[in-house]
Amino acid sequence: MSIELREVTKRVGAEIHLYQTSLELAPTGFNVLLGATSAGKTTLISLLAGLRSPTSGEIWFNGEDVTDVPTQKRNVSLVHQFFVNYPHMSVYENIASPLRVAGMDGAELKRRVEEAADILRLGPFLRRKPGELSGGQQQRTALARAIVKESDLVLLDEPLANLDYKLREELRDELPRLFADRGATVVYATSEPSEALLLGGHTATVSEGRMTQFGRTSDLYRAPSDIETARVFSDPPINAAPVIKAEGEIRLGDSARWPAVGAIADAPDGEYMVGVRPHYIAPVASDAPGVAVNGEVKITELSGSESIAHFEFEGGVWVSQSDGVHPYRVGERHEFRIDTAGCLYFGADGARIAA
Amino acid sequence: MARITLSDLRHSYLPDPQSDVDYALKRIHLEWEDGGAYALLGPSGCGKSTLLNIISGLLHPSEGRVLFDGDDVTGRPPDQRNIAQVFQFPVIYDTMTVYDNLAFPLRNRGVEAARVEARVREIAGMLELDEMLDVRAAHLTPDNKQKISMGRGLVRDDVNVIMFDEPLTVIDPHLKWKLRSKLKELHQRVRATMIYVTHDQTEALTFADQVVVMQEGEIVQIGTPVELFERPAHTFVGHFIGSPGMNVLPCEVRDGAAFFQGVRVATETAPTPPQGASRLELGVRPEFVTLANGDGGVPAEIVRVADAGRRRIVEARAGETRINLLLDDETEAAPGPATLSFESAKTRVYADGWLMEGAR
Repeated sequence: MSIELREVTKRVGAEIHLYQTSLELAPTGFNVLLGATSAGKTTLISLLAGLRSPTSGEIWFNGEDVTDVPTQKRNVSLVHQFFVNYPHMSVYENIASPLRVAGMDGAELKRRVEEAADILRLGPFLRRKPGELSGGQQQRTALARAIVKESDLVLLDEPLANLDYKLREELRDELPRLFADRGATVVYATSEPSEALLLGGHTATVSEGRMTQFGRTSDLYRAPSDIETARVFSDPPINAAPVIKAEGEIRLGDSARWPAVGAIADAPDGEYMVGVRPHYIAPVASDAPGVAVNGEVKITELSGSESIAHFEFEGGVWVSQSDGVHPYRVGERHEFRIDTAGCLYFGADGARIAA
Repeated sequence: MARITLSDLRHSYLPDPQSDVDYALKRIHLEWEDGGAYALLGPSGCGKSTLLNIISGLLHPSEGRVLFDGDDVTGRPPDQRNIAQVFQFPVIYDTMTVYDNLAFPLRNRGVEAARVEARVREIAGMLELDEMLDVRAAHLTPDNKQKISMGRGLVRDDVNVIMFDEPLTVIDPHLKWKLRSKLKELHQRVRATMIYVTHDQTEALTFADQVVVMQEGEIVQIGTPVELFERPAHTFVGHFIGSPGMNVLPCEVRDGAAFFQGVRVATETAPTPPQGASRLELGVRPEFVTLANGDGGVPAEIVRVADAGRRRIVEARAGETRINLLLDDETEAAPGPATLSFESAKTRVYADGWLMEGAR
């Protein structure tokens, strides 16, 4: 289904929850809304669901203006962060509820409920009450209810946020497959960049009520249009610092300079911001391409498979993330190497310098 | 600060427990050094909260003792144990200023004003709260509120232990990141005994010097983050730690070698499984599986390549068995037939879930 926001805004009293946004969702695959808490993700989802009305602008489904169509008539499903099930009903009846509301019963209802339960591996629990299930099973029940309905639009608002880490990994893996063949448009809100990447599809980054960019998820990650998108789409946070371009080179403070290559080579001399994701900063002076920098290590985090060091450099704290175990010592100076091929440059207006 | 000994603890929520399954905690025995950073890691229901409540005194264990510096505190209520706790949701007084919130635990214990002032300013400085000391707590963002909770835990210097129960669960990722490193920095500065309870491996591994991994009321492994990653003692640890977790593949052992689907797989040491083991498996992390070019290796089919940013997660199938690979951004990988190769020094045999004795 084609779904479109046309110049939509949302104001509540004096507060702007959503600045003017125009967006045409991808009809298949996931549309991820990525942003921090209160960035505007839930506002967008409520507008799409018809739970709230825009202050201005229009919402179009399949070429029809549905701005004033109430949620019951939009054929949408919504799954929240908090598992919402009917506590007094069995899992079977929970899954069946949207079909019963639609007036279905008999063999067709049974078939559809069992199919959904099967896909979500709830078969053995159909007679139980939600309270007797684990968190993961409760959220699976809510997801089954969203699937059974065969909605045109499925809205998932941080559905995995309240689950254990491993369960989240498992369901995140299953979700794209689950919706792959169902022909529904799926919108998925999350605050986790890694989740957006793994779900694939398309992503809209949202920050403080503004959508900063919409496009293919991997394009947004690798070629963000502006520094805010790069910030929203980085975990660990992206290193950012002012640099000066002059005489064909990039200068970072007094100690680091490297040749300006790629799109920045053609940009006029002047002040820019450089953004470097932590995994482009390696812990040792190797013969890898790039520029050597050094600084005092402030914090170390070793996870067993990777090492993270926070070090002071040119008046800021920089973060390096690398595979393996590196013996940093807090308080000592270490040499790091910035892979300049991984540097993103942004102009004074925040826009990325692109070819 | 104190050394903490948990001596032969068992706990059941049932009035008359019979067998092991009736126990939420099945015999826990461990010792934590004074000033260490420890984590209790496991899924919901593994018993980590039960254990935390026993240490804090909210729960009296069915069996065993809790010792602080050799002193038996098992019978003491929480307020006589001298511990500080930080919970998932910030516990602060909204109507008080940040300063008064931080001062509260000290004033409550009759600490003199000058000492309160010095200590509050020191902790506020460490947590970067000094700019907002006069602000009412109600107006703060969730991460700043949680910082105050942490500050209230840290402000007393006479506590035996500071316990953190899922303190970052409700915090956004980029702030979570900041708070996590703040906490690490604080531990490096104050060297208090800290126990951090979580289901999130990243939080546990980056915070703690030593991690206790729990499953179904039992400790499955205690180790440094490197030990848990490099040499999981149990397939559960291999699966739970790492993302994606360790590949666990059914195997056979004959003539001192391991075979997966008829293909001989070189392992760290020659496998000698114990008599009567009912289940033999190979464990190898996705980081140590590569695409083989040339002879030898496990034939498989790549079914999906997922972009994980700085790496790609490749999902392959060998028959019915799923095998994950973690490849860097530059290695070519596309759906279709492939041959997989396992790094032998990182491939081990597990018998009934446990790493074989000979391989330890």
